[in-house]
Amino acid sequence: MDFGQIAVSVGFLLILIGVWGILTQKNIIKIVIGFSVFDTGLHMIMVGIGYVKGGTAPILDGAIAPGTAPINIVAGIVDPVPQALVLTAIVIGLGVTALMLAYVVRLYEDRKSLDISSYEDLKW
Amino acid sequence: MVKKLFVIIVLIGLAVFFYGMLSSFSGNETLNMSAAYYAENGAEEVGAANLVTAIVVTYRGLDTLGEVTILFLTAAIAAFFLKSKDNFSKRKVKESSELLKTASSMLVPLIFTLGIYVFVNGHLTPGGGFQGGAILASGLVLLLLSEPLQKVNSVLFAVVESISGLFYVGIGVAGIFLAGGFLDNSILPLGEFGTLLSAGALPVIYILVGLKVGSELSGLLTKFQETQEEN
Repeated sequence: MDFGQIAVSVGFLLILIGVWGILTQKNIIKIVIGFSVFDTGLHMIMVGIGYVKGGTAPILDGAIAPGTAPINIVAGIVDPVPQALVLTAIVIGLGVTALMLAYVVRLYEDRKSLDISSYEDLKW
Repeated sequence: MVKKLFVIIVLIGLAVFFYGMLSSFSGNETLNMSAAYYAENGAEEVGAANLVTAIVVTYRGLDTLGEVTILFLTAAIAAFFLKSKDNFSKRKVKESSELLKTASSMLVPLIFTLGIYVFVNGHLTPGGGFQGGAILASGLVLLLLSEPLQKVNSVLFAVVESISGLFYVGIGVAGIFLAGGFLDNSILPLGEFGTLLSAGALPVIYILVGLKVGSELSGLLTKFQETQEEN
């Protein structure tokens, strides 16, 4: 098992924990935390998929500096594209979490309850 | 009972599905074609030591502009849903502990300095505008925890955010006229590789992104603070 596979399996585990939290928790804030954990799992999987065996971080200095490098850049780094995408995804995840918490604040103002089972308007 | 069974079935189904994906994933031996292109030409074309930054700000600069827009949108929607209470600064709260107050007055300047360092060096070290902005906002969290009734000037945040967003788009448009295209960083000289003043307009863009993200998240936080009421 290399780092990529470890990161991917931990990511899948985090997604399962997140789904479990979303489906079973009664407290709305805990459900929001479940979404956050789910998000983190996805990020770990994306970074893990970009791992290249024996590669280092895609920052060009030291042993992989261009020009004088003893190691070829292409052979020495991990894939930078998933990392850039995860950077985007983390920020969007933060925005989504903030939005969900804003909804929670409004729901609490309305019914004075954080228990999801007291919101049954859409239940069938 | 049926509900619990349903949850278990969903989890087991997902686990089987994930196991299938995991067992067929064997990792990569080499970079794929687009990543290899970025690795080979990134240093020459963009001049940023951090290739992730080169991709985020220059190669996929339009994505980042969209991302900043999404963040602005979420902040705007959250502000729409959170109605601020006029008397939030008069509510009774427990006095913060001496430890928290002293620690926050010592740490907050350091946290702000770290945040600024992170987004100024975004093209050289791991980090950048989004991370630096988040660090700035986390300093504000500590400040608000130690002084929950403190009034924060949210107009300042809005002004900083709008100005930096405007300049970000302005630099992008300047790229069309002065260089190869929208958000091209070579409108400024690329400079010496690996130094602070390198990579053309990239550090400028990332500083603007850092200011924008930092003020946006801070504005969001003060919005949450202002909706607090007596409890």
